[in-house]
Amino acid sequence: MGIEARAITKRFGAFVALDEVNLTVASGQLTALLGPSGGGKSTLLRIIGGLEEADSGSVVIDGVEVSGIPPQRRNVGFVFQHYAAFKHLSVYRNVAFGLEIRKRGKAEIRQRVTELLELVHLEQFADRMPSQLSGGQRQRMALARALAVEPKVLLLDEPFGALDTKVRKELRDWLRRLHDEVHVTTVFVTHDQEEALEVSDSLVVINAGRIEQVGSPNELYDHPANEFVMGFLGPVTRLGEHLVRPHDIEVLTADSTGAVPATVRRLARVGFQVRAELHTAGAQATNGDPDSVPDAAEFDTAVQLTRGQADALDLQVGSRVWLRPSQHASVLAAR
Amino acid sequence: MLSTTPDRAAAATGTPSRPRPSRRRVSTSRWVLRLVALAYVGLLVALPVGLVLWRTVDQGAAAFVDAISGPEAIAAFRLTAIVAGSAVLVNTVFGVGAALLLARYRFRGRALLDLAIDLPISVSPIIVGLALVLAFGWTTGWFGPALQNAGLQVIFATPGMVLATAFVSLPLVVREVLPVLNETGLEQDQAARSLGANAVQRFVRITLPTIRWALAYGVVLSIARTLGEFGAVRVVSGNVGGQTQTVTLLVDERAEQFEPGAYQLSVVLIAVAALCIVVISLLRPHGKDG
Repeated sequence: MGIEARAITKRFGAFVALDEVNLTVASGQLTALLGPSGGGKSTLLRIIGGLEEADSGSVVIDGVEVSGIPPQRRNVGFVFQHYAAFKHLSVYRNVAFGLEIRKRGKAEIRQRVTELLELVHLEQFADRMPSQLSGGQRQRMALARALAVEPKVLLLDEPFGALDTKVRKELRDWLRRLHDEVHVTTVFVTHDQEEALEVSDSLVVINAGRIEQVGSPNELYDHPANEFVMGFLGPVTRLGEHLVRPHDIEVLTADSTGAVPATVRRLARVGFQVRAELHTAGAQATNGDPDSVPDAAEFDTAVQLTRGQADALDLQVGSRVWLRPSQHASVLAAR
Repeated sequence: MLSTTPDRAAAATGTPSRPRPSRRRVSTSRWVLRLVALAYVGLLVALPVGLVLWRTVDQGAAAFVDAISGPEAIAAFRLTAIVAGSAVLVNTVFGVGAALLLARYRFRGRALLDLAIDLPISVSPIIVGLALVLAFGWTTGWFGPALQNAGLQVIFATPGMVLATAFVSLPLVVREVLPVLNETGLEQDQAARSLGANAVQRFVRITLPTIRWALAYGVVLSIARTLGEFGAVRVVSGNVGGQTQTVTLLVDERAEQFEPGAYQLSVVLIAVAALCIVVISLLRPHGKDG
């Protein structure tokens, strides 16, 4: 059950947007498609929704092969980045649209729309026009509109991309809670890793038309399959021959097994955190010439510390320290 | 069609905050500009139209009633209504279709179609008339004889006049509707699709309400243009009084032969045109929401 995409390929001219992509989305889950823009995630979503046709491959929703079935008969809810509000219809009529198309009775429509407007906290705005709503309210209206037809799957294409940071955060918490109530299989596209990590049950990282990794947010963060996934989900720094997250590096004042000696080049305090930039012994100058002496500003490792840790170590520019990955750090071999 | 609105808004908000040049210079240049503009419009538009109105009033109410109720005049009004009405209808249907095609699809020859739509505005109506005679003329035209055999006379008959009128007013609806469709984009249509609406439902419930003011504006413009069409219609109609003579052709004939009625009939056309302008100016501010 859920959604299954099999060997989906899509080209736009010479550009390969999706290259034999296989994906299974479990029923009832909230899945995020995460990746850089142009990576193919929106195209995959639009193919699932029927708004775009794949060159080859097939899509199965709830066990039914839907390739070739137009979107109006797929029973999927679609939410767009720029809301796609019906500008000439009131909020109420927007939400009622799908039910009116399905020729449901007036009383049934009234009841269902009222319920949905309550669900998205827009009950007092029923008679407003979309132009009288804020961006966040418009997107909640669009969600109610998509949910009105009781879709088998809900597809959201960068749903919070056009909103400012504060509203984004509110809305994604709200989406999480809404999903816990409604339990419809949901796929949303985002290029914001924080959003994906925070909201989703399952995370799919897509880059350059291919799926890089699929798993729970924690799995992907802690055990990235490759450098791309690691870099896309959070900050990465280099420690000798390894790639590590800057907050996963232990700073020691004495040598220890597996530790790399390093010199502090720069210290920067950002709020409650301290970012230390260090030059490790044996590291080459960034110009690649083994004989050239690295200049004083150069560093190859960044470490994230709390202010307390930095004070306890008494770090100064020029201090000599030893670095090693902390015990549960995710570590990848650097190329 | 919205181009005046931002200007107006800018003028309303911008003027007071701008530093004012010396009063004298402002008033001098303002007076000169005002005088030039008024004189230009006055000599070119107001004076001739005013003279026509004055002549009509001067000749009295009885002459007016006589002129517009004679059998030739009534036949001309009826024919004008039929020709203009059909041409506007054809162009509305074609215009909306072509605008949808140009806005939503990429196909071979799209750029050519886009250019061809503007052609009728730049080609002289006389040439349009001659071209139609060449294509549909009943003895020599390309399709003429075939159509004639099928019992349909195009040239020197109403169909030819409708074709000629439709030709000259072809771009008016397309050019009003297309920018609105381009600006609106496809998302609302796709949202309606995902909610289960088929093509007809999407057109009636989403597209039509979106373009309604632009469409109305284009239709009114077309009506004004088609009522006044003279050159192309003159060539294809044959200009037979009471049969293939529109109001503009009748006005021409009366004026040429110094018969009474030209001014009175002109006043009726001017009145309809004025009404169209009023309707257009009423539609304009609404264009913003639609």
